Amino acid sequence: MNINLTLFGQTISFAIFVWFTMKFVWPPITAAMQARQKKIAEGLDAAGRAQRDLQLAQEKAAQTLRETKEQAAEILDKASKTANAIVEESKQQARSEGERLLVAAKAEIEVEVNRAKDQLRAQVAALAVAGAEKILESSVDAKAHNDLVAKLASQL
Amino acid sequence: MANTPAEYIQHHLQNLVFGSHPVNGWSFAQNHEQVKEMGFWAIHVDTLGWSVFMGLIFLFLFSRVAKHANAGVPSGLQNLVEMVIEFVEGVVKDTFHGRNPVVAPLALTIFVWVFLMNSLKWIPVDYIPGLAHLMGVPYFKIVPTADPNGTFGLSLGVFILILFYSVKVKGLGGFTKELAFTPFNHWSLVPFNLFLEILGLLTKPLSLALRLFGNMYAGEVVFILIALLPFFVQPVLNVPWAIFHILVIPLQAFIFMVLTVVYLSAAHEDHH
Repeated sequence: MNINLTLFGQTISFAIFVWFTMKFVWPPITAAMQARQKKIAEGLDAAGRAQRDLQLAQEKAAQTLRETKEQAAEILDKASKTANAIVEESKQQARSEGERLLVAAKAEIEVEVNRAKDQLRAQVAALAVAGAEKILESSVDAKAHNDLVAKLASQL
Repeated sequence: MANTPAEYIQHHLQNLVFGSHPVNGWSFAQNHEQVKEMGFWAIHVDTLGWSVFMGLIFLFLFSRVAKHANAGVPSGLQNLVEMVIEFVEGVVKDTFHGRNPVVAPLALTIFVWVFLMNSLKWIPVDYIPGLAHLMGVPYFKIVPTADPNGTFGLSLGVFILILFYSVKVKGLGGFTKELAFTPFNHWSLVPFNLFLEILGLLTKPLSLALRLFGNMYAGEVVFILIALLPFFVQPVLNVPWAIFHILVIPLQAFIFMVLTVVYLSAAHEDHH
Protein backbone atom coordinates (compact mmCIF):
# COMPACT_ATOMS: atom_id res chain seq x y z
CA MET A 1 0.00 0.00 0.00
CA ASN A 2 2.64 2.48 -1.01
CA ILE A 3 2.21 5.21 -3.55
CA ASN A 4 5.10 5.65 -5.95
CA LEU A 5 5.94 6.50 -9.54
CA THR A 6 3.52 3.82 -10.76
CA LEU A 7 0.80 6.39 -10.17
CA PHE A 8 2.10 8.66 -12.91
CA GLY A 9 2.90 5.78 -15.19
CA GLN A 10 -0.69 4.67 -14.88
CA THR A 11 -2.03 8.19 -15.46
CA ILE A 12 0.09 8.63 -18.56
CA SER A 13 -0.96 5.31 -20.05
CA PHE A 14 -4.55 6.17 -19.20
CA ALA A 15 -4.24 9.46 -21.06
CA ILE A 16 -2.71 7.74 -24.07
CA PHE A 17 -5.43 5.10 -24.13
CA VAL A 18 -8.17 7.71 -23.92
CA TRP A 19 -6.55 9.73 -26.69
CA PHE A 20 -6.27 6.67 -28.89
CA THR A 21 -9.87 5.67 -28.25
CA MET A 22 -11.03 9.18 -28.99
CA LYS A 23 -9.05 9.34 -32.19
CA PHE A 24 -9.24 5.89 -33.72
CA VAL A 25 -11.90 3.81 -31.99
CA TRP A 26 -14.95 5.84 -31.10
CA PRO A 27 -15.59 7.90 -34.26
CA PRO A 28 -15.46 5.13 -36.90
CA ILE A 29 -17.54 2.68 -34.90
CA THR A 30 -20.24 5.17 -33.94
CA ALA A 31 -20.28 6.47 -37.51
CA ALA A 32 -20.78 2.95 -38.82
CA MET A 33 -23.51 2.33 -36.28
CA GLN A 34 -25.30 5.52 -37.23
CA ALA A 35 -24.98 4.71 -40.90
CA ARG A 36 -26.44 1.28 -40.26
CA GLN A 37 -29.25 2.78 -38.22
CA LYS A 38 -30.07 5.08 -41.09
CA LYS A 39 -29.91 2.24 -43.55
CA ILE A 40 -32.24 0.12 -41.45
CA ALA A 41 -34.65 3.01 -41.04
CA GLU A 42 -34.64 3.57 -44.79
CA GLY A 43 -35.12 -0.13 -45.39
CA LEU A 44 -38.09 -0.26 -43.03
CA ASP A 45 -39.51 2.80 -44.67
CA ALA A 46 -39.15 1.27 -48.12
CA ALA A 47 -40.69 -1.97 -46.89
CA GLY A 48 -43.68 -0.06 -45.52
CA ARG A 49 -44.06 1.84 -48.78
CA ALA A 50 -43.80 -1.38 -50.78
CA GLN A 51 -46.45 -2.99 -48.64
CA ARG A 52 -48.77 -0.05 -49.18
CA ASP A 53 -48.08 -0.19 -52.91
CA LEU A 54 -48.76 -3.90 -52.92
CA GLN A 55 -52.06 -3.38 -51.17
CA LEU A 56 -53.07 -0.73 -53.65
CA ALA A 57 -52.05 -2.92 -56.56
CA GLN A 58 -54.01 -5.82 -55.14
CA GLU A 59 -57.08 -3.66 -54.74
CA LYS A 60 -56.70 -2.40 -58.26
CA ALA A 61 -56.23 -5.90 -59.59
CA ALA A 62 -59.32 -7.10 -57.76
CA GLN A 63 -61.35 -4.25 -59.15
CA THR A 64 -60.10 -4.83 -62.67
CA LEU A 65 -60.93 -8.49 -62.34
CA ARG A 66 -64.42 -7.66 -61.15
CA GLU A 67 -64.96 -5.25 -64.02
CA THR A 68 -63.63 -7.74 -66.51
CA LYS A 69 -65.94 -10.42 -65.22
CA GLU A 70 -68.89 -8.10 -65.57
CA GLN A 71 -67.87 -7.21 -69.07
CA ALA A 72 -67.40 -10.84 -69.98
CA ALA A 73 -70.80 -11.72 -68.62
CA GLU A 74 -72.32 -8.88 -70.58
CA ILE A 75 -70.58 -9.96 -73.76
CA LEU A 76 -71.70 -13.55 -73.27
CA ASP A 77 -75.23 -12.44 -72.67
CA LYS A 78 -75.21 -10.32 -75.78
CA ALA A 79 -73.64 -13.11 -77.81
CA SER A 80 -76.19 -15.68 -76.77
CA LYS A 81 -78.98 -13.24 -77.51
CA THR A 82 -77.54 -12.57 -80.95
CA ALA A 83 -77.09 -16.28 -81.57
CA ASN A 84 -80.69 -16.93 -80.61
CA ALA A 85 -81.85 -14.20 -82.89
CA ILE A 86 -79.75 -15.56 -85.75
CA VAL A 87 -81.03 -19.09 -85.20
CA GLU A 88 -84.59 -17.84 -85.04
CA GLU A 89 -84.14 -15.83 -88.20
CA SER A 90 -82.53 -18.78 -90.01
CA LYS A 91 -85.39 -21.01 -88.99
CA GLN A 92 -87.85 -18.46 -90.22
CA GLN A 93 -85.99 -18.12 -93.52
CA ALA A 94 -85.75 -21.88 -93.94
CA ARG A 95 -89.41 -22.31 -93.27
CA SER A 96 -90.45 -19.61 -95.74
CA GLU A 97 -87.98 -20.89 -98.31
CA GLY A 98 -89.34 -24.37 -97.92
CA GLU A 99 -92.86 -23.18 -98.33
CA ARG A 100 -91.91 -21.20 -101.40
CA LEU A 101 -90.13 -24.20 -102.89
CA LEU A 102 -93.08 -26.39 -102.11
CA VAL A 103 -95.47 -24.02 -103.77
CA ALA A 104 -93.21 -23.72 -106.81
CA ALA A 105 -92.85 -27.49 -107.03
CA LYS A 106 -96.56 -27.96 -106.77
CA ALA A 107 -97.14 -25.42 -109.47
CA GLU A 108 -94.56 -27.04 -111.68
CA ILE A 109 -96.05 -30.47 -111.10
CA GLU A 110 -99.44 -29.13 -112.03
CA VAL A 111 -98.03 -27.58 -115.14
CA GLU A 112 -96.29 -30.85 -116.01
CA VAL A 113 -99.40 -32.83 -115.33
CA ASN A 114 -101.41 -30.50 -117.50
CA ARG A 115 -98.85 -30.68 -120.20
CA ALA A 116 -98.78 -34.47 -119.99
CA LYS A 117 -102.54 -34.55 -120.05
CA ASP A 118 -102.52 -32.32 -123.11
CA GLN A 119 -99.93 -34.48 -124.82
CA LEU A 120 -101.79 -37.61 -123.93
CA ARG A 121 -104.93 -36.15 -125.14
CA ALA A 122 -103.30 -35.18 -128.37
CA GLN A 123 -101.68 -38.58 -128.72
CA VAL A 124 -104.95 -40.41 -127.88
CA ALA A 125 -106.69 -38.36 -130.47
CA ALA A 126 -103.98 -39.10 -133.01
CA LEU A 127 -104.06 -42.76 -132.10
CA ALA A 128 -107.81 -42.88 -132.33
CA VAL A 129 -107.58 -41.30 -135.69
CA ALA A 130 -104.78 -43.62 -136.78
CA GLY A 131 -106.65 -46.63 -135.41
CA ALA A 132 -109.78 -45.66 -137.18
CA GLU A 133 -107.87 -45.11 -140.37
CA LYS A 134 -106.30 -48.51 -140.13
CA ILE A 135 -109.59 -50.20 -139.34
CA LEU A 136 -111.26 -48.56 -142.29
CA GLU A 137 -108.50 -49.05 -144.83
CA SER A 138 -107.24 -52.61 -144.21
CA SER A 139 -109.14 -55.97 -144.55
CA VAL A 140 -110.94 -57.00 -141.55
CA ASP A 141 -109.09 -59.63 -139.87
CA ALA A 142 -110.07 -60.63 -136.41
CA LYS A 143 -106.59 -61.52 -135.66
CA ALA A 144 -105.38 -58.24 -137.15
CA HIS A 145 -108.04 -56.37 -135.32
CA ASN A 146 -107.09 -57.97 -132.12
CA ASP A 147 -103.47 -56.92 -132.64
CA LEU A 148 -104.55 -53.47 -133.53
CA VAL A 149 -106.75 -53.17 -130.50
CA ALA A 150 -104.04 -54.50 -128.29
CA LYS A 151 -101.60 -52.03 -129.83
CA LEU A 152 -104.02 -49.27 -129.27
CA ALA A 153 -104.61 -50.31 -125.74
CA SER A 154 -100.89 -50.52 -124.97
CA GLN A 155 -100.41 -47.06 -126.40
CA LEU A 156 -103.06 -45.47 -124.24
CA MET B 1 8.03 -18.79 -1.64
CA ALA B 2 6.55 -18.22 1.77
CA ASN B 3 6.20 -20.67 4.61
CA THR B 4 3.77 -19.31 7.18
CA PRO B 5 0.27 -18.13 6.22
CA ALA B 6 1.17 -14.56 7.13
CA GLU B 7 4.20 -14.66 4.89
CA TYR B 8 2.17 -16.26 2.11
CA ILE B 9 -0.44 -13.51 2.27
CA GLN B 10 2.17 -10.79 2.45
CA HIS B 11 3.99 -12.30 -0.46
CA HIS B 12 0.86 -12.37 -2.61
CA LEU B 13 0.02 -8.77 -1.77
CA GLN B 14 3.44 -7.42 -2.63
CA ASN B 15 4.04 -5.93 -6.06
CA LEU B 16 7.17 -6.43 -8.07
CA VAL B 17 9.02 -3.18 -7.45
CA PHE B 18 11.74 -1.70 -9.60
CA GLY B 19 13.26 1.40 -8.07
CA SER B 20 16.20 3.40 -6.97
CA HIS B 21 17.62 1.74 -3.87
CA PRO B 22 20.03 3.81 -1.74
CA VAL B 23 22.58 1.01 -1.74
CA ASN B 24 21.85 -1.15 -4.80
CA GLY B 25 20.89 1.66 -7.18
CA TRP B 26 18.13 0.97 -9.75
CA SER B 27 17.11 -2.62 -9.13
CA PHE B 28 14.25 -4.99 -8.32
CA ALA B 29 13.35 -5.08 -4.63
CA GLN B 30 13.95 -8.53 -3.18
CA ASN B 31 12.08 -7.98 0.10
CA HIS B 32 9.87 -5.55 2.01
CA GLU B 33 12.76 -3.65 3.54
CA GLN B 34 14.18 -2.82 0.15
CA VAL B 35 10.73 -1.72 -1.03
CA LYS B 36 10.43 0.61 1.91
CA GLU B 37 13.91 1.99 1.35
CA MET B 38 13.11 2.77 -2.28
CA GLY B 39 10.26 5.03 -1.22
CA PHE B 40 8.54 7.05 -3.94
CA TRP B 41 11.11 6.56 -6.69
CA ALA B 42 9.98 3.14 -7.67
CA ILE B 43 7.68 1.47 -10.17
CA HIS B 44 5.35 -1.46 -9.74
CA VAL B 45 6.41 -3.32 -12.84
CA ASP B 46 3.60 -5.86 -12.60
CA THR B 47 0.86 -3.26 -12.13
CA LEU B 48 2.08 -1.11 -15.00
CA GLY B 49 2.87 -4.06 -17.22
CA TRP B 50 -0.46 -5.80 -16.81
CA SER B 51 -2.51 -2.62 -17.00
CA VAL B 52 -0.76 -1.55 -20.20
CA PHE B 53 -1.15 -5.08 -21.54
CA MET B 54 -4.88 -5.04 -20.79
CA GLY B 55 -5.17 -1.56 -22.30
CA LEU B 56 -3.44 -2.80 -25.44
CA ILE B 57 -5.83 -5.75 -25.67
CA PHE B 58 -8.70 -3.29 -25.43
CA LEU B 59 -7.25 -1.00 -28.08
CA PHE B 60 -6.33 -3.91 -30.32
CA LEU B 61 -9.81 -5.43 -30.28
CA PHE B 62 -11.66 -2.16 -30.63
CA SER B 63 -9.41 -0.57 -33.23
CA ARG B 64 -9.59 -3.74 -35.30
CA VAL B 65 -13.36 -3.42 -35.33
CA ALA B 66 -13.08 0.32 -35.95
CA LYS B 67 -10.88 -0.27 -38.97
CA HIS B 68 -13.39 -2.63 -40.56
CA ALA B 69 -16.50 -0.90 -39.29
CA ASN B 70 -19.22 -0.68 -41.87
CA ALA B 71 -22.97 -0.27 -41.99
CA GLY B 72 -23.51 -3.81 -43.22
CA VAL B 73 -24.55 -6.77 -41.14
CA PRO B 74 -22.21 -6.88 -38.12
CA SER B 75 -20.64 -10.15 -37.12
CA GLY B 76 -18.98 -11.66 -34.05
CA LEU B 77 -16.53 -9.28 -32.50
CA GLN B 78 -18.12 -6.26 -34.14
CA ASN B 79 -21.42 -7.16 -32.50
CA LEU B 80 -19.80 -7.35 -29.09
CA VAL B 81 -17.90 -4.11 -29.55
CA GLU B 82 -20.96 -2.30 -30.82
CA MET B 83 -22.98 -3.60 -27.90
CA VAL B 84 -20.45 -2.19 -25.45
CA ILE B 85 -20.27 1.11 -27.30
CA GLU B 86 -24.03 1.40 -27.47
CA PHE B 87 -24.23 0.72 -23.74
CA VAL B 88 -21.61 3.32 -22.90
CA GLU B 89 -23.19 5.81 -25.30
CA GLY B 90 -26.53 5.30 -23.58
CA VAL B 91 -25.05 5.93 -20.15
CA VAL B 92 -23.23 9.03 -21.34
CA LYS B 93 -26.33 10.40 -23.08
CA ASP B 94 -28.44 9.88 -19.98
CA THR B 95 -25.95 11.38 -17.58
CA PHE B 96 -23.93 13.95 -19.46
CA HIS B 97 -25.82 16.83 -20.97
CA GLY B 98 -23.02 18.99 -22.30
CA ARG B 99 -21.32 18.67 -25.64
CA ASN B 100 -17.88 17.23 -25.31
CA PRO B 101 -16.18 14.80 -27.70
CA VAL B 102 -13.89 13.48 -24.96
CA VAL B 103 -16.43 12.18 -22.49
CA ALA B 104 -17.86 9.20 -24.38
CA PRO B 105 -14.51 7.74 -25.49
CA LEU B 106 -13.19 8.40 -21.99
CA ALA B 107 -16.09 6.49 -20.48
CA LEU B 108 -15.58 3.64 -22.94
CA THR B 109 -11.88 3.43 -22.16
CA ILE B 110 -12.51 3.43 -18.43
CA PHE B 111 -15.25 0.82 -18.61
CA VAL B 112 -13.46 -1.68 -20.79
CA TRP B 113 -10.00 -1.13 -19.37
CA VAL B 114 -11.10 -1.38 -15.75
CA PHE B 115 -13.21 -4.39 -16.61
CA LEU B 116 -10.24 -6.15 -18.22
CA MET B 117 -7.92 -5.25 -15.33
CA ASN B 118 -10.48 -6.44 -12.80
CA SER B 119 -11.05 -9.65 -14.71
CA LEU B 120 -7.45 -10.69 -14.06
CA LYS B 121 -8.76 -11.65 -10.65
CA TRP B 122 -10.37 -14.73 -12.13
CA ILE B 123 -6.92 -16.20 -12.75
CA PRO B 124 -6.14 -18.43 -9.75
CA VAL B 125 -4.01 -16.53 -7.24
CA ASP B 126 -1.03 -18.87 -7.37
CA TYR B 127 -0.64 -19.34 -11.12
CA ILE B 128 1.14 -16.19 -12.20
CA PRO B 129 3.14 -15.55 -8.98
CA GLY B 130 4.13 -19.24 -9.00
CA LEU B 131 5.29 -19.00 -12.58
CA ALA B 132 7.18 -15.81 -11.78
CA HIS B 133 8.79 -17.51 -8.80
CA LEU B 134 10.00 -20.33 -11.02
CA MET B 135 11.67 -17.74 -13.23
CA GLY B 136 13.33 -16.13 -10.23
CA VAL B 137 11.06 -13.13 -9.90
CA PRO B 138 10.48 -12.49 -6.18
CA TYR B 139 6.99 -10.97 -6.33
CA PHE B 140 4.22 -10.77 -8.84
CA LYS B 141 0.77 -9.33 -8.28
CA ILE B 142 -1.24 -9.22 -11.46
CA VAL B 143 -4.44 -7.30 -10.69
CA PRO B 144 -3.61 -3.62 -11.36
CA THR B 145 -6.84 -2.39 -9.77
CA ALA B 146 -5.93 -4.08 -6.49
CA ASP B 147 -2.96 -1.71 -6.37
CA PRO B 148 -3.77 1.82 -5.14
CA ASN B 149 -1.27 3.17 -7.65
CA GLY B 150 -3.38 1.72 -10.42
CA THR B 151 -6.69 3.12 -9.26
CA PHE B 152 -5.29 6.46 -8.15
CA GLY B 153 -3.54 6.74 -11.46
CA LEU B 154 -6.93 6.53 -13.14
CA SER B 155 -8.70 8.86 -10.76
CA LEU B 156 -5.85 11.36 -11.01
CA GLY B 157 -6.47 11.49 -14.75
CA VAL B 158 -10.18 12.02 -14.14
CA PHE B 159 -9.41 14.69 -11.53
CA ILE B 160 -7.22 16.60 -13.96
CA LEU B 161 -10.05 16.49 -16.52
CA ILE B 162 -12.53 17.74 -13.90
CA LEU B 163 -10.30 20.69 -13.11
CA PHE B 164 -9.57 21.36 -16.77
CA TYR B 165 -13.20 21.42 -17.85
CA SER B 166 -14.32 23.35 -14.78
CA VAL B 167 -11.88 26.09 -15.70
CA LYS B 168 -12.58 25.83 -19.40
CA VAL B 169 -16.36 26.06 -19.09
CA LYS B 170 -16.68 28.49 -16.21
CA GLY B 171 -13.43 30.36 -16.58
CA LEU B 172 -10.88 30.59 -13.81
CA GLY B 173 -12.89 33.34 -12.10
CA GLY B 174 -16.17 31.52 -12.44
CA PHE B 175 -14.73 28.33 -11.04
CA THR B 176 -13.15 30.14 -8.08
CA LYS B 177 -16.39 31.96 -7.49
CA GLU B 178 -18.27 28.70 -7.48
CA LEU B 179 -15.85 27.28 -4.95
CA ALA B 180 -16.04 30.38 -2.77
CA PHE B 181 -19.75 31.15 -2.84
CA THR B 182 -21.46 27.79 -2.73
CA PRO B 183 -23.28 26.50 -0.79
CA PHE B 184 -23.53 29.74 1.27
CA ASN B 185 -23.69 32.87 -0.80
CA HIS B 186 -22.26 35.34 1.69
CA TRP B 187 -18.83 36.92 1.85
CA SER B 188 -18.31 36.07 5.52
CA LEU B 189 -18.66 32.39 4.80
CA VAL B 190 -16.11 32.32 1.95
CA PRO B 191 -13.43 30.44 3.92
CA PHE B 192 -15.96 27.92 5.10
CA ASN B 193 -17.29 27.47 1.55
CA LEU B 194 -13.78 27.11 0.17
CA PHE B 195 -12.98 24.47 2.75
CA LEU B 196 -16.17 22.54 1.98
CA GLU B 197 -15.91 22.78 -1.80
CA ILE B 198 -12.23 21.95 -2.06
CA LEU B 199 -12.78 19.04 0.27
CA GLY B 200 -15.67 17.93 -1.93
CA LEU B 201 -13.55 18.34 -5.03
CA LEU B 202 -10.74 16.28 -3.58
CA THR B 203 -13.16 13.63 -2.38
CA LYS B 204 -14.15 12.86 -5.94
CA PRO B 205 -10.92 11.23 -7.14
CA LEU B 206 -10.32 9.81 -3.68
CA SER B 207 -13.67 8.05 -3.57
CA LEU B 208 -13.31 6.86 -7.17
CA ALA B 209 -9.91 5.30 -6.54
CA LEU B 210 -10.57 3.94 -3.07
CA ARG B 211 -13.89 2.33 -3.99
CA LEU B 212 -12.35 0.36 -6.82
CA PHE B 213 -9.18 -0.41 -4.94
CA GLY B 214 -11.05 -1.47 -1.80
CA ASN B 215 -13.33 -3.82 -3.64
CA MET B 216 -10.61 -5.44 -5.68
CA TYR B 217 -8.14 -5.65 -2.80
CA ALA B 218 -10.68 -7.19 -0.44
CA GLY B 219 -11.73 -9.70 -3.09
CA GLU B 220 -8.08 -10.55 -3.70
CA VAL B 221 -7.43 -11.09 0.00
CA VAL B 222 -10.39 -13.44 0.25
CA PHE B 223 -9.10 -15.40 -2.75
CA ILE B 224 -5.70 -15.66 -1.06
CA LEU B 225 -7.26 -16.77 2.22
CA ILE B 226 -9.26 -19.43 0.39
CA ALA B 227 -6.03 -20.57 -1.26
CA LEU B 228 -4.57 -21.20 2.19
CA LEU B 229 -7.25 -23.77 3.04
CA PRO B 230 -6.86 -27.52 2.37
CA PHE B 231 -7.24 -28.26 -1.32
CA PHE B 232 -10.53 -30.17 -0.94
CA VAL B 233 -12.21 -27.19 0.72
CA GLN B 234 -10.93 -24.67 -1.80
CA PRO B 235 -13.34 -25.36 -4.69
CA VAL B 236 -16.34 -25.16 -2.34
CA LEU B 237 -15.45 -21.58 -1.45
CA ASN B 238 -13.47 -20.52 -4.47
CA VAL B 239 -16.13 -21.28 -7.06
CA PRO B 240 -18.95 -19.27 -5.42
CA TRP B 241 -16.56 -16.40 -4.78
CA ALA B 242 -15.40 -16.41 -8.39
CA ILE B 243 -19.01 -16.57 -9.59
CA PHE B 244 -19.83 -13.67 -7.31
CA HIS B 245 -17.11 -11.74 -9.09
CA ILE B 246 -19.01 -12.07 -12.35
CA LEU B 247 -21.19 -9.46 -10.70
CA VAL B 248 -18.51 -7.48 -8.89
CA ILE B 249 -16.04 -7.05 -11.74
CA PRO B 250 -18.34 -5.42 -14.32
CA LEU B 251 -20.19 -3.56 -11.57
CA GLN B 252 -17.03 -1.86 -10.31
CA ALA B 253 -16.01 -0.98 -13.84
CA PHE B 254 -19.49 0.41 -14.46
CA ILE B 255 -19.49 2.45 -11.24
CA PHE B 256 -16.11 3.95 -12.04
CA MET B 257 -17.34 4.93 -15.48
CA VAL B 258 -20.68 6.36 -14.34
CA LEU B 259 -19.13 8.40 -11.53
CA THR B 260 -16.53 9.77 -13.92
CA VAL B 261 -19.27 10.89 -16.30
CA VAL B 262 -21.28 12.37 -13.42
CA TYR B 263 -18.28 14.32 -12.12
CA LEU B 264 -17.46 15.63 -15.59
CA SER B 265 -21.09 16.56 -16.09
CA ALA B 266 -20.99 18.57 -12.87
CA ALA B 267 -17.80 20.23 -14.06
CA HIS B 268 -19.66 21.39 -17.18
CA GLU B 269 -22.64 22.81 -15.33
CA ASP B 270 -22.51 26.54 -14.88
CA HIS B 271 -24.72 27.75 -12.07
CA HIS B 272 -23.98 31.44 -12.43
